Amino acid sequence: MTSLLDTEEEIMLRDAARGFLDGAAPIAALRANRDAGRPHDPGLWREMAQMGWAGVLVPEDAGGAEMGHRAAGILSQEMGVTLAASPFLSTAVIAATALRHAAGARARDALAGIAAGETTYALALDEGARHAPEHTALRAERAGNGYRLSGSKTFVADGSTATRVLVLARTGGAPGEAEGLSLFDIDAERAGLSRARLDTVDARDHARLDFDAVEATGDDLLGEADGAMRLLRPALDAGQAALAAELAGLANGISAMTLGYLRERRQFERAIGSFQALQHRAAHLWAEIEVTTSAIANAGRVLDQTPDDATLAVSLAKARATKTADLAVREGIQMHGGIGMTDDHDAGFYMKRARVGAEWLGDYGYHAARVAAARGF
Amino acid sequence: MPAPAIEPEQFRTQISDWIMANCPASLRNQPMSEDSIVWGGRRWTFRDDDQRLWLERARQQGLTAPRWPTEYGGGGMTRDQEKILREEMGRLGAPPPLESFGLWMLGPALLAFGNEAQKARHLPPITRGEIRWCQGYSEPGAGSDLANVQTRAEDMGDHYLVNGQKVWTSYADRADWIFALVRTDRDAPKHKGISFLLMDMETPGITTRPIRLISGKSPFCETFFDNVKVPKENLVGEVNRGWDIAKYLLTHEREMIGGGARGLLGGRSLGAFIDDLDDGALTDPVIRTEAMAAEVDTLAFAMTMERYKDHAEAGGGVGNASAMLKYYGTELNKRRYELLMSAAGSDALEWDGPHGTLAAEWLRTKANSIEGGTSEVMLDIIAKRVLELPSA
Repeated sequence: MTSLLDTEEEIMLRDAARGFLDGAAPIAALRANRDAGRPHDPGLWREMAQMGWAGVLVPEDAGGAEMGHRAAGILSQEMGVTLAASPFLSTAVIAATALRHAAGARARDALAGIAAGETTYALALDEGARHAPEHTALRAERAGNGYRLSGSKTFVADGSTATRVLVLARTGGAPGEAEGLSLFDIDAERAGLSRARLDTVDARDHARLDFDAVEATGDDLLGEADGAMRLLRPALDAGQAALAAELAGLANGISAMTLGYLRERRQFERAIGSFQALQHRAAHLWAEIEVTTSAIANAGRVLDQTPDDATLAVSLAKARATKTADLAVREGIQMHGGIGMTDDHDAGFYMKRARVGAEWLGDYGYHAARVAAARGF
Repeated sequence: MPAPAIEPEQFRTQISDWIMANCPASLRNQPMSEDSIVWGGRRWTFRDDDQRLWLERARQQGLTAPRWPTEYGGGGMTRDQEKILREEMGRLGAPPPLESFGLWMLGPALLAFGNEAQKARHLPPITRGEIRWCQGYSEPGAGSDLANVQTRAEDMGDHYLVNGQKVWTSYADRADWIFALVRTDRDAPKHKGISFLLMDMETPGITTRPIRLISGKSPFCETFFDNVKVPKENLVGEVNRGWDIAKYLLTHEREMIGGGARGLLGGRSLGAFIDDLDDGALTDPVIRTEAMAAEVDTLAFAMTMERYKDHAEAGGGVGNASAMLKYYGTELNKRRYELLMSAAGSDALEWDGPHGTLAAEWLRTKANSIEGGTSEVMLDIIAKRVLELPSA
């Protein structure tokens, strides 16, 4: 395994991303989006696409920048620092990875649409309150040359705004089985598909999708029938690693805000950051963040080098990042005191996004169990 | 050993071939235990011939100190090569041929601060396991406040005269030489009057007394200095600048103690160790949950050790951040041993029971977060020097 340190190129990418996001997507932008009832700013996504972020995993021959998973993680991490909302994870990471694993001109065109910033995707996967792809019950029944999709999906990230939907459907087997699942790539406006945005705590786009006999052609089937996992597994690996990176960035963001507050807030005629009780907690949090940073870098490296054997690295990153972000936001709110409880202050945004990130694509228990399984117990 | 220019994969093959051909079969894939460690020294007796043979063969190849220059008995390896060596030894279950404070601490200090004569005299016997060193840092009044050392070394013209007492000197009763912090200027501010002195433990006036610990073992001693005459050539670096060396070594020590969490289980999963103790323990939901969490943290911590070493190697240094490795690694190690004890249940409660010395090892880990700087001192260092939080 190569070094987990950032290369010079990666440092440049990180600095450039930080500079851009501080100007174009500060937390004030998230607040403005929320107050306007807008899950994200399409103009921001166009700018990200122009910088090559939408095509971070798209091959060059499809117009992408093909920078790889470590780079995607760095971008995601920096977005986490200021809680920048965008279709990046759903579209540029998850959908792009699934499409890369589906051969053919159709997938290539779809990738080109992603890289250009024209197409955005949502992955319609889970049907219950926990991440469990194999529990898919939504049926895709043969109908003529195509399929008819019926069922419901919930907690679909970017589900109300995406132009296309990747939907996991059952073409065989029974809920609970990993076999018999197929992945469809359909237009989000297709007849019979209704989308209802959920009013979630993080003010981002999560939706419930109801499929009422939605027609899908054979051409809409991505990859082979009953072969969704061949595409979905790498797509989820990529998404989980990038989400972990976002959570690590989120921990960096709230931690920096909290340290700033510890230095400036005065009580008992001294800066509260001079109290050892708070210093030790801040130092412990920093240690946790450092350890998580390594797991994030490792997941990116493994996905770039040995993507077929990435489960351990990815789940390690998501488990660590979930725990660390949780600690960072709890300490952040507590150390800010009353001001951190007010909506006028930004600390709460971190706590709400951390909670959503903890659940999305598998919670701590899900990923810790996968680490244990990969380690033989 | 092979030239540094060799390709990593070729190097890996050569190393593993060499280990398989030279590491005696009786030593391979054995559980770590007290008597499997070779410390060396004038009075060392090998447990068996294979232990002696393994040290002899390894040191001829410079493998006891892989990264030291070859002229001092080292292997002259790059960091990546050393990493491969470590990985292959772990994979093939070959034990370290030699462990010692000379290898871990004094050697790096001499390479950084010693003069040519000191390096040529002291380094090769360390790599051959002929001289065993101990560390004389703490004193009754200098624990967390280490710079408060009071052991005096008076300049008598042609020699130093040392008087005072050290405590927590690891294996002082079995060591041949000691490297110690001594006060050479009593009027200077406390950090500025300390020097780094080497002393032969056979010098008249040095006595040791073992301290019995809660684990029943006595790995530490009190060491007394009563009018000990020490040649002036034994002072390392500049007089009154010993604190620089002490800080440098503490960084090393902290990384090393912190790394115990990884070295302990040598790449095996915590689940596998628990399974060995009691093959039903992992069905207990609490033990299972805690084991999964500890495994997650252990793997991520091992990666962090590597990342920090890479950073140091790239010239970035680790410095105050080594406090994090020390803090995190030792707390993690304690957590892992608590879990092993829970998994083994009442079978772990005898001093020498079904699981050997597990109870003593568990108790020993409680010192990890005290020795080399307490967890609380580490958190202070992080808060003040890394996070730059304000002083009171």
